[in-house]
Amino acid sequence: MPGQMSRARRNPVTVAAMHGALIIYTLIALFPVFVILINSFKTRKAIFREPLALPNAETFSTIGYQTVFQQGDFILYLQNSLIVTVASLFFILLFGAMAAFALAEYRFRGNMLMGLYLALGIMIPIRIGTVAILEMMVATGLVNTLWALILVYTAQGLPLAVFILSEFMRQVSDDLKNAGRVDGLSEYTIFFRLVLPLVRPAMATVAVFNMIPIWNDLWFPLILAPAEETKTLTLGSQVFIGQFVTDWNAVLSALSMAILPVMVLYVIFSRQLIRGLTSGAVK
Amino acid sequence: MTALKLTNLSKSFGQTEVLRDINLTVEEGEFVVFVGPSGCGKSTLLRVIAGLEDATSGTVEIAGKVVTRVPPAKRGIAMVFQSYALYPHLTVEGNMGLSLKQEGQPKAEISARIAKAAAMLSLDTYLARRPAELSGGQRQRVAIGRAIVREPDLFLFDEPLSNLDAALRMNTRIEIANLHRSLKASMVYVTHDQTEAMTLADKIVVFRDGRVEQIGSPMELYNSPANQFVAGFLGAPSMNFVPANMLGGPKSQIIGIRPEHLRLAETGPLSGTVQHVERLGGDTNLLIQIGQPDLLTVRLFGQHDMAVDTAVHVDFDKSESFVLDAEGQRLENTPPE
Ligand SMILES: Nc1ncnc2c1ncn2[C@@H]1O[C@H](COP(=O)(O)OP(=O)(O)O)[C@@H](O)[C@H]1O
Ligand SMILES: [Mg+2]
Repeated sequence: MPGQMSRARRNPVTVAAMHGALIIYTLIALFPVFVILINSFKTRKAIFREPLALPNAETFSTIGYQTVFQQGDFILYLQNSLIVTVASLFFILLFGAMAAFALAEYRFRGNMLMGLYLALGIMIPIRIGTVAILEMMVATGLVNTLWALILVYTAQGLPLAVFILSEFMRQVSDDLKNAGRVDGLSEYTIFFRLVLPLVRPAMATVAVFNMIPIWNDLWFPLILAPAEETKTLTLGSQVFIGQFVTDWNAVLSALSMAILPVMVLYVIFSRQLIRGLTSGAVK
Repeated sequence: MTALKLTNLSKSFGQTEVLRDINLTVEEGEFVVFVGPSGCGKSTLLRVIAGLEDATSGTVEIAGKVVTRVPPAKRGIAMVFQSYALYPHLTVEGNMGLSLKQEGQPKAEISARIAKAAAMLSLDTYLARRPAELSGGQRQRVAIGRAIVREPDLFLFDEPLSNLDAALRMNTRIEIANLHRSLKASMVYVTHDQTEAMTLADKIVVFRDGRVEQIGSPMELYNSPANQFVAGFLGAPSMNFVPANMLGGPKSQIIGIRPEHLRLAETGPLSGTVQHVERLGGDTNLLIQIGQPDLLTVRLFGQHDMAVDTAVHVDFDKSESFVLDAEGQRLENTPPE
């Protein structure tokens, strides 16, 4: 409805109200991030005395960042987190999309049951199986490897991915897929070249939904890969949080640095949410 | 040689029978139109012919060969889909050339065939564009071009005009007719629009509920429909059906009279009041209330000043009417000339 949009845009009161609401929402959403960022650059005393004040000449300090870089291998932790998150997302999207395509496209015996079985995982938290998973990882010698985490997160993300993607794939025009078949394309080409680009917005949604919980997870890194060389960022930051003393400078600095990579990933995925290539395909 | 032969073809989706025992042939070079109301199984039949669905029983022969186990790309067919179904990531040229590339044709041959098809469809200047940058009519022509370059034994069209506006529909209809003349190819064309069927077809196959109702040339079907469904489906405005007892016949029969065969008269077997007048310029349609649920349509040539609520009498030639039994089957004893 471009007509309505432009009419709304022309009315200055509506425009102001709309922008006002959006700006307030943005401020509320960004406030905690802002507080973390400014406090990560302050001395410990200043953090507690005036948490909302900006760092000035007197209170400015990079002690938190120094601690983070001295204790433990921050860069390695960051790298581990990135590898685990990106690899898990890749496998979730690849296998999720393939399973979704099979469920949406092919009529076979047990299609419905298979779909239900795959969706069941949405309702059952994977942590219930932690003990069994740990036993399995021990048996396969995967404990203290990044593969252990990648496999678990892939399993954890697949149910929702299959559920969302199969819904979207059902909406991809049958005519388009059939045109590909008549022109002699293989089912793989139809899947990768015709269908996947059309469900890109859904893929981006699935990626964003899965990314944050994986990045922030403490549970599985602690149980499956607590070794120094496989520590993730979240796990690595825990050394600064003690039962009695917490090094707030270090915690805030580590958090500030942990936000950045997720933001970059988020921007990449949200770009994909913008349709464009799809228009004009059919009709 | 026959281009297409269907023998005892049936198709069910689970419990629902969509196609029932279909037998028909398409001769080489023939333009055959499958026509029927929406949901009667025309697209399903086309997909079975193309190999995109398996038949539940029966055989499909294309150019003399049974193709039950042959994949769509190797059946010697090309299909134009209702929704165009162009590849969004490819240019017009890429869309038209993809099937040839898949077949492994040499580059020179591919560009020669694309150039020929593009010239035929006046798409020369759009070859580098993507589907998103084309109008609806142009997209439809690209879809047709994609079929032409394959030089198939059999063209399959699935309601290719249904997404176009009225003016464009007429132009494209004529273009498709020209295409058939110049390519001399065998074509199967699916539509729910009786005008398209009448104007394009060498042979019409009328479908209802997945069954063939009648097969014949447009004029054969118009002049001698086998039953009430075919009689009512072909011809616009559609045929009037009057209980025979209103015309002195037996109660169980129905008389079918086309609107153009009715005329106003001083006296006549039918009488009623004019309820609505449609003035089309060339024709005038009167809708007359004759005391039964359906209004009687009378089509008069030229322009007529007729007021609503006028009492009129309507007459017709018995030889131009059809006698149908209670089930709607045509009774043979009234051969209209
Ligand atoms: N894949 C399918 N699964 C189940 N039913 C289907 C499927 N495809 C078509 N049908 C049913 O078959 C009937 C005929 O459909 P279709 O061939 O598209 O009709 P038409 O093209 O004549 O409008 C419809 O009732 C439709 O619901
Ligand atoms: Mg259809």
